[in-house]
Amino acid sequence: MVAGIFFYIFAIFLIASAIMVISARNPVYAVFFLILGFFNATGLFILLGAEFLAMILLMVYVGAVMVLFLFVVMMIDIDFKELSKGFLQYAPIGTLVGVILLAEIIMVVGGYVYDAETVRSAAVPIPDVNTVSNLEAFGLLLYGEYVFFIELAGLILLVALIGAVVLTLKTGSKALRQDIATQVARTPATAIEMVSVKSGQAFSTNDTIKMNKRD
Amino acid sequence: MSSENDFLYILPELTLIIGALVALLIAGFKGKKSVGFVANFGLGLMVLAAIISFFLPAEVVRVFNGLVINDSYSIYMKILTLFGAAATLLMIKNFLQSRKLDQPEFIVLLIFATVGMMFMISANNLLTLYLGIELQSLSLYILAAFNRSSTKATESGLKYFILGALSSGMLLFGMSYIYGFTGSTSFDLIAQNLSENGSSMGVIFGLTLMSAGLMFKISAVPFHMWTPDVYEGAPTPVTAFFATAPKVAAMAMIIRVLYSPFIDISADWQQIVVFVAIASMVLGGFAGIAQNNIKRLMAYSSIAHMGYALVGLAAFSEAGTSVKAVILYMSVYLITTLGVFACILAMKRSGDSFEKISDLAGMWRNHPIIAISLTIFMFSLTGMPPFAGFFAKFYVFSAAVNEGLWLLAVVGVLASVVGAYYYLRIIKVIYFDESKEPFDKMAIELKIVLGFATIFTLIFTFFPSTLLELAQNAAQSLN
Repeated sequence: MVAGIFFYIFAIFLIASAIMVISARNPVYAVFFLILGFFNATGLFILLGAEFLAMILLMVYVGAVMVLFLFVVMMIDIDFKELSKGFLQYAPIGTLVGVILLAEIIMVVGGYVYDAETVRSAAVPIPDVNTVSNLEAFGLLLYGEYVFFIELAGLILLVALIGAVVLTLKTGSKALRQDIATQVARTPATAIEMVSVKSGQAFSTNDTIKMNKRD
Repeated sequence: MSSENDFLYILPELTLIIGALVALLIAGFKGKKSVGFVANFGLGLMVLAAIISFFLPAEVVRVFNGLVINDSYSIYMKILTLFGAAATLLMIKNFLQSRKLDQPEFIVLLIFATVGMMFMISANNLLTLYLGIELQSLSLYILAAFNRSSTKATESGLKYFILGALSSGMLLFGMSYIYGFTGSTSFDLIAQNLSENGSSMGVIFGLTLMSAGLMFKISAVPFHMWTPDVYEGAPTPVTAFFATAPKVAAMAMIIRVLYSPFIDISADWQQIVVFVAIASMVLGGFAGIAQNNIKRLMAYSSIAHMGYALVGLAAFSEAGTSVKAVILYMSVYLITTLGVFACILAMKRSGDSFEKISDLAGMWRNHPIIAISLTIFMFSLTGMPPFAGFFAKFYVFSAAVNEGLWLLAVVGVLASVVGAYYYLRIIKVIYFDESKEPFDKMAIELKIVLGFATIFTLIFTFFPSTLLELAQNAAQSLN
């Protein structure tokens, strides 16, 4: 009963915030609504007894992905009015494609029959929730049955890492590199300069520039 | 759980992975100086992996809880892929300096791409397939954009990446439908489920989406848009790699997917393959006519050739003759394309590369041997007897005719007549156009590949039985 009430609360808020994500005018609001949506999805997962998935969703999506999203949205100045200029022009064909896709998906999902046989032939039977904890069930699958995938995924990450470095690493005179030897060789004499500032007067920037030149 | 024996069957992949990690360390410590050494090292690794693959037991074994399969099909295709990758590496290792690709990471990424291809070939689970594809594609995206001072290369890398990501999305969407409607990601269990219950709307939906994702990887029409731009924009050594080993691996993967989990619903995927084959052959034939850049031309040529190979695939038969024809086609395509790219890489004047077809003018006078080889390859790609390409096409079309797919065979022959125009035009330019300055002396590595490809294309006609037998064995192990 209580679980039922909570399910409806979470579900309604999830759908409502999902609608707000696509209808919000301000992209920052949209991202915040997406975060709200994820929180509600987390609630649904907890109701299902999948507490590990719930926490992962919270940590990975809200903690990492959404923060990144917010960064991007706040850093780049996108004129959404400009972007949605041609919207009406493409609306009819877009609606047509959307309707066709919707009809297809309804046809496909409508044809789904819950077949006990299908569930039984599932690649890995789901262990009983009462005997194994969530985390243990995950661990057994990921690092036992499917350890091969973990290793392969690790290789993909390595390739991504190499790619990020070789495509962006700058070498040569233009690169701003840390020169450890110079840093270590600095003495108080070269690094610090005592300046006597007259009371009631600010330290003028001209002095700083002069100082930097002297370095 | 996995046993130690499982590792035996992925020993070729393990060799490459460990070798690539060692190469990465060398690259990290030695920097750019080590590029020559790392290239040789990578070449050695690939040869070693091919030798190990050759000696693997050819029986059908499923390892790592059935996630990976080993059979003579996978062994044959892996050796073919490794051969393609090794030959490309051999050809391009002298070009790395002149093309601003002189970083040992280039070789490391090339090895990782090859590892991805090998896992694609021996996948026995949707997830293995996906991870293999991603490992391969991600390395290839980086390779395409490797020369980052060139805007063209960057553009081609970005284009390839965005379209590739889209196709991966479709592939995953399709896989999720397949999983939902059959209850498994394992090829064996999917096949079992489909043979018991037949296909349903959801499975067809998933299959269609999956085919879209897979067809992108072999650049078949209508998922070919990226090919000409990426081929043209990427540095020529990278293009040579794109056109050879990944194509073979992707085709091997498509054969595996269609003939292993979805064998019982062949009527459903046959229509898709027939459509894609016809569209690829026709577009590849017509669009190549207007090209002036030889790399773009090779892109359209590869689109058309994937169409021809798919003709064989569409001619589904229990006896495995169709798979045999496709395997043979891909082998001949690989070797001929390697030869053509050896010629393209040789198009250098005082260190600068040229890629216009008109730059080949009068090659006959300056470089008669390269000219003759290129002529042989062009005739082979056209499908003229007695060169290897003719027999490859012959087996593919006869497989189609045997299964009553006359339309495919007729369209295929007509499209190759259209395509003959642009292959023959190159021959005309070589022999009859006003001669230009001679090209630089050909590197010894290019000569080796060129010589091998020429000899293969010439004598395959007279000794086809060995390769046919191997292809036959490989095809049979799939069933």
